[in-house]
Amino acid sequence: MDHQITLQVDGERSALTVDTRTSLLDALRERLGTTSAKKGCDHGQCGACTVLLDGRRVNSCLVLAVTAEDQEVTTSDGLAADGPHALHEAFVDHDAYQCGYCTPGQITSAAGVLAEAAQGWPSAVTEDLTAERTELTDAEIRERMSGNLCRCAAYANIVPAVADVAAAQGVRA
Amino acid sequence: MSALSERPLGAVVGAAVPHEAAALHVTGRALYTDDLVGRTKGVLHAWPVQVLAAHARVTAVRTDAATDVPGVVRVLTAADVPGVNDAGVKHDEPLFPDEVMFFGHAVAWVLGETLEAARLGAVAVEVDVEELPAVVTVRDAVAAESFQGGQPTLLRGPDVEEALAGSAHVFSGEFEFAGQEHFYLETHCALAQVDEDGQVFVQSSTQHPTETQEIVAHVLGLASSEVTVQCLRMGGGFGGKEMQPHGLAAIAALGARLTGRPVRLRLNRAQDITMTGKRHGFLAQWRVGFDDDGRLTALDATLTSDGGWSLDLSEPVLARALCHIDNAYWIPAVRVNGRIARTNKTSQTAFRGFGGPQGMLVIEDVLGRCAPTLGFTAEELRRRNFYAAGQDTPYGQPVRHADRLATAWQQVLDSSDFSARTASVEAFNASSAHVKRGLAITPVKFGISFNFTAFNQGGALVHVYKDGSVLITHGGTEMGQGLHTKMLQVAATALGVPLSRVRLAPTRTDKVPNTSATAASSGADLNGGAVKNACEQILGRLAQVAAEELHVPAADVRFVDGRVRGLDADGPSLPWEDVVRLAYFSRVQLWAAGFYRTEGLHWDSAAMRGEPFKYFAYGVAAAEVEVDGFTGAYRVRRVDIVHDVGDSLSPLVDLGQVEGGFVQGVGWLTLEDLRWDERTGKITTSSASTYKLPSFSEMPEDFRVSLLDAAHEDGAVYGAKAVGEPPLMLAFSVREALRQAAAAFGPAGTSVDLASPATPEAVFWAVEAARAAEGAHVRDGGSAPPQPQGPPIRPESERVLGQA
Ligand code: FES
Ligand code: FES
Repeated sequence: MDHQITLQVDGERSALTVDTRTSLLDALRERLGTTSAKKGCDHGQCGACTVLLDGRRVNSCLVLAVTAEDQEVTTSDGLAADGPHALHEAFVDHDAYQCGYCTPGQITSAAGVLAEAAQGWPSAVTEDLTAERTELTDAEIRERMSGNLCRCAAYANIVPAVADVAAAQGVRA
Repeated sequence: MSALSERPLGAVVGAAVPHEAAALHVTGRALYTDDLVGRTKGVLHAWPVQVLAAHARVTAVRTDAATDVPGVVRVLTAADVPGVNDAGVKHDEPLFPDEVMFFGHAVAWVLGETLEAARLGAVAVEVDVEELPAVVTVRDAVAAESFQGGQPTLLRGPDVEEALAGSAHVFSGEFEFAGQEHFYLETHCALAQVDEDGQVFVQSSTQHPTETQEIVAHVLGLASSEVTVQCLRMGGGFGGKEMQPHGLAAIAALGARLTGRPVRLRLNRAQDITMTGKRHGFLAQWRVGFDDDGRLTALDATLTSDGGWSLDLSEPVLARALCHIDNAYWIPAVRVNGRIARTNKTSQTAFRGFGGPQGMLVIEDVLGRCAPTLGFTAEELRRRNFYAAGQDTPYGQPVRHADRLATAWQQVLDSSDFSARTASVEAFNASSAHVKRGLAITPVKFGISFNFTAFNQGGALVHVYKDGSVLITHGGTEMGQGLHTKMLQVAATALGVPLSRVRLAPTRTDKVPNTSATAASSGADLNGGAVKNACEQILGRLAQVAAEELHVPAADVRFVDGRVRGLDADGPSLPWEDVVRLAYFSRVQLWAAGFYRTEGLHWDSAAMRGEPFKYFAYGVAAAEVEVDGFTGAYRVRRVDIVHDVGDSLSPLVDLGQVEGGFVQGVGWLTLEDLRWDERTGKITTSSASTYKLPSFSEMPEDFRVSLLDAAHEDGAVYGAKAVGEPPLMLAFSVREALRQAAAAFGPAGTSVDLASPATPEAVFWAVEAARAAEGAHVRDGGSAPPQPQGPPIRPESERVLGQA
């Protein structure tokens, strides 16, 4: 069944007609030509398609495009709207990628992690569940980023890249 | 120091520069093949018609119902092939088969206006089959004598039977270990177009554009000059895109040619896993001899690789396995047989290390199992058997720089505080009943170059424009290994200009022809040599121009950091741009095609003798693990690595390769558990939900990596060694640490068999066996493994199409 929707992606509004079963990822890539978010598995298992939906990270392959109406969709490219984001710079400084295919998803996911920590959302490894802000230790970063696979295994560099930005944003000592 | 390896003043190689596409990678603006679809008009989408049987004869393919599906444009079948119906180079891989050889084999492809239309069309294609008996496991293949390809034998030294008879200790055993799914995060993809003149242009996620071009040409019945293949970059390759992209590119090209429209073929993840080849699993059967001092006296082994349904690269993979079964160890008498099982599975292919890891795993497993039985620590047993200066490998190649192995070993012992930590592991184990630790150290020696000598050539094209800017293209492909970054550094170094002056254009077959696969870790060696050669041709001409202007002999002209001068660093100089402009107006050619071939290699694959490798890369790793005796679950507490990359071309890139290779190796050996349903032949681990890949959670808690100092390599460009594959095998340290931790649950001196991958479940069973003091299945004595008598590997087996 086709449905007319308007998507707000990286600050731009676009109207399009989609089959209601279309994933947000396919709407972005196949319909809007926005290719920052990548398709690694299409099943919510790899994180390559991660985008922010009103600032919260989601696997865009698991979100129906029709449900993303009226929400702000942000890809890693969108984070660079006003020049490189601190995460972009930290990833370059730490050489936190190899083939780069997982990277936009790692960055949007990390942006989501920083926001979660700032709001005190606990994870499976959080000790103080009542803290107003969560301290993003290495263990927290690993746990929270564990849904983003990197087959090149740049993990050892992604953790310090995220940690740097966390420290700069006051969610890490 | 050779002219090839010498670094000039102010070299840009060796600087820790970011990846050339760093800025594009972080935003996601870097384009991969499938990202081009939205930029291309009128694209058709391809979907495979997969048959769900492991082995069957196709009796009919009816496409009428499919063409009636709205949006379906055409169904491609064998009848549409104008050239040769073959996706490979050995004429054993029909592109549209009439015999289904593995579960999920595609027999036809549907082109649709949308992916959805193509998918529905594929469902509507009716395929009649007659099922045939299938061989799924390697043991079934052995029982059924289902083999393919050559059966090489590596022989060296005194008669193995006699050497074993004279050995103080003889053991025998078996070891069957799993392959590995590449799971490059970007699945296979091709986008084909045909221009107004019939020229075919295929953009493909391929490690081997030249071979993709050749296969597309022979499927379409065209000359190579009528087909151009471009690879922008890959979202990971790991060997999985060395041969496997060709048939997929050919389908897209065939569709484009028949419809006149661009065709996109992108496998989804399940299709990629069910249809494309993986690392070969092996069955190893062996006998080994030691003297009373723990020195290896003889090895008698038979390796049977699981090749899947067609040969693909199985023969050279097997040859490399045989050439690496010695790893770092001197074995006086060697008899190693190899053979390739033909099974009804995907056609197994190259994967980082290309058989080397499999060969090395066998000897490391032998040493790990035998050490307790011989009464040595594993560390001591390994060190006692290291190659010494003057010794050569079983195939007759001197082991140059064997001392680096000992150096790296000592560095890791020191930096990891090995002996003190061994003591604390023992103390911990003595006081902990249910959780045990293990600490192990293992070496890597890995031969660099393609075994097949002819492949060791590289090409490049370097343009200097009138304004002094430089554009390079080379024959290698970028898959994240940092090759393009290194090539930019090489060009800037060779021309003596700042890195910012040099740009790189994507890899295409109409820029640099007849390239070798970007594989065997050799990308930087071969293409770097070619880039340097092209730059030197240009500099030779520019030196004449500058000499006249500077009034110095041409031989004295130096190009340093964007300026051109004589020998005197403080003497008169000219900006690079001025010299270039002068040269142009003097009608001097400002571009050059560069070429490189690795000298001094020779290899006889029938005899399995020669010097196939330019040099060896070395590395050592120590790993500490902790195992929970209730569940077999484990963590990697700390890893220390010293790895030999020669004089690094690009240290950031190289460290990333070492870390990433190690982790991928840990994945192969401990997590990634490929399973097939042995009844139906269906692969049951066809997604990341059932196939466990290394994630952030499995990173070593403490990970220390350094590069070996003073490691100049005379025979390679700017003294650097290859780095893509060797670090993968540093992961043996984790596997051996797990074995030792499992052994600690049993009485002292327990020998442990460990399955591979050593998943928590496998470790649990190893712990149970150790607790029951069952002893490992290493037998004292034992008889010879099977001695296959097949034909040797023909040198042709590695040749590409048209040369056979
Ligand atoms: S593509 Fe969405 S999680 Fe993998
Ligand atoms: S950089 Fe290649 S998958 Fe992460």
